[in-house]
Amino acid sequence: MTKTSNPAELAAISKTVRRHILEMITAAKSGHPGGSLSATELVVTLFFDIMKHDPANPTWADRDRFILGKGHACPVLYSVMAECGYTPVDKLNTFRQLGSIYQGHPDVRFIPALEASTGSLGEGLSVALGMALAARFNGCPSRTFVVLGDGEIQEGQIWEAAMFGAFHKIDNVVAIVDWNKIQLDGFVKDIMPLDPLVEKWASFGWHVINIDGHDIEAVQKAFHEAETVKGKPTVILANTIKGKGVSFMENNPKWHGSAPSKDECELALKELV
Amino acid sequence: MALSKKYELKMGPATREAFGKALADVGRKNPDVVVCDADLSKSTNTHFFAKEFPERFIQCGIAESNMVAVGSGLAAGGKIPFVSSFSAFVINKGFEQLRVTAAYPNVNLKVVGTHSGISIGEDGPSQMSIEDLSLACNLPGFTVLAPCDEVSMTAAIHMTAEHVGPVFVRAGRSKAAHVYEPGAEFHIGGSTELLAGTDVAIFANGLLVAEALRAAETLDAAGISARVIDLYSIKPIDRAAIERASKECRAIVVAEEHLKDTGIGSRVAQVTTETTPCVMEFVGVDNTYAESGTPEAVVEKYGLLAKDIVTAVHKVLARKK
Repeated sequence: MTKTSNPAELAAISKTVRRHILEMITAAKSGHPGGSLSATELVVTLFFDIMKHDPANPTWADRDRFILGKGHACPVLYSVMAECGYTPVDKLNTFRQLGSIYQGHPDVRFIPALEASTGSLGEGLSVALGMALAARFNGCPSRTFVVLGDGEIQEGQIWEAAMFGAFHKIDNVVAIVDWNKIQLDGFVKDIMPLDPLVEKWASFGWHVINIDGHDIEAVQKAFHEAETVKGKPTVILANTIKGKGVSFMENNPKWHGSAPSKDECELALKELV
Repeated sequence: MALSKKYELKMGPATREAFGKALADVGRKNPDVVVCDADLSKSTNTHFFAKEFPERFIQCGIAESNMVAVGSGLAAGGKIPFVSSFSAFVINKGFEQLRVTAAYPNVNLKVVGTHSGISIGEDGPSQMSIEDLSLACNLPGFTVLAPCDEVSMTAAIHMTAEHVGPVFVRAGRSKAAHVYEPGAEFHIGGSTELLAGTDVAIFANGLLVAEALRAAETLDAAGISARVIDLYSIKPIDRAAIERASKECRAIVVAEEHLKDTGIGSRVAQVTTETTPCVMEFVGVDNTYAESGTPEAVVEKYGLLAKDIVTAVHKVLARKK
């Protein structure tokens, strides 16, 4: 794979990834486009710029780790890992089919290069903290990144983990909240509001960075800032738009978990050229 | 008649204490062993490890769900984590995390639940774990062990540390009678025939092993020859020993400090029905929660003593053709 810090190149990769996301969910006739599209710049920037990893050597001990806490957004992760060379791009359209490595939610049994099997919300942050602690025990420079949904952090375990991470000063973890303001049943503010979210994380002892999660330069800057923070974990609150990149999907709860029809997919792809 | 072996059943330490000391020992042997506890280290006895290896002891506070998933992350990162709490808390509050973060990706996590069963006594049902073995067996890929005394618990903890894969070990609060001599051998998937016998086979684990041995003595005096088997490995289970007992004794009693529904009794019955069926009876907690009281009073009221096993044996022998 070729890594790049060039925002224009990362934007171009994001566009390709968005096209994969739409095509694979359309082919599967099910899946979660909204939250995959909202997290695209975050995951692309991590894998193509920020993280130290090697698709040719996925068990490299000193690699950085990535966990998708919001496992239902796996189309974005599968597309990015495929573009990196971990898995075949031409098999992305087997997503959710029997025997496919591209399971409905991330499953390490099918893709060993995944760091964790996720899908049940609220657990990824704890696993990430455990991995980061293991790296600390092993004297290993690896960092662990975990992308959480904003709906996901309604889970109580997230706040158990938040206390734990701060108390144990686990500064080699970066949590990224894909703050797209929408969950399955509607808008987060109407289901179970999170505000004041910045203050909440800060009061739990985390270093908080509040950014536009589609602004690649801001995303890069946030990850670099996180690296300099010592003695506490960092959370990046990435303000994003659910369904980003496809006009009729943006900010519409309907696209949390419905697949576009073939016609809708074609319409969407026309916006991503 | 005479029993094939005489057991003195002298009182020994609780299996939780044996666990704590063995854990410190595996910590000495293997620097990759780390321990997580949820504010109960003085009770679970992980304090022995914490005192000797403070840098490898991870205090998780009263947050079992997080503790289990942190343990899974530690395991994925190459450590050998033992996470411990009261069995009722780690298995029930942590079950979802045991399922998705440990069993499903098959990480090398070790879980030790102490204060299992109803013999904790005074604390009452909220702390009494009577469904843990069943739940642990419902985690594909997990090994499940329930040792009965100091020697077997010590062996179990060493086996657990050496085994690659997730393991659940059940420990108890109250003092446990010595059943084994030092040096006795155990293995995952094994069982021990403690007494030879031909009329009935009694399978037991944990505290019920000593009760089964006492019951065998009573039965022997009545001219009934009872085989007693310690089924310390619940999963994998010793199918050969069960099939042999069913064929040779043609009557089985299973005794456990656990709900009868879905306990080891049903696992033994599954093996007999798949191999050689025989008449069976079950001793355990019967579709209820127990209550506070001294451990002795509680196990008596809820029917987990040698006399209850004797009654079950008479019942099963009456049904034996």
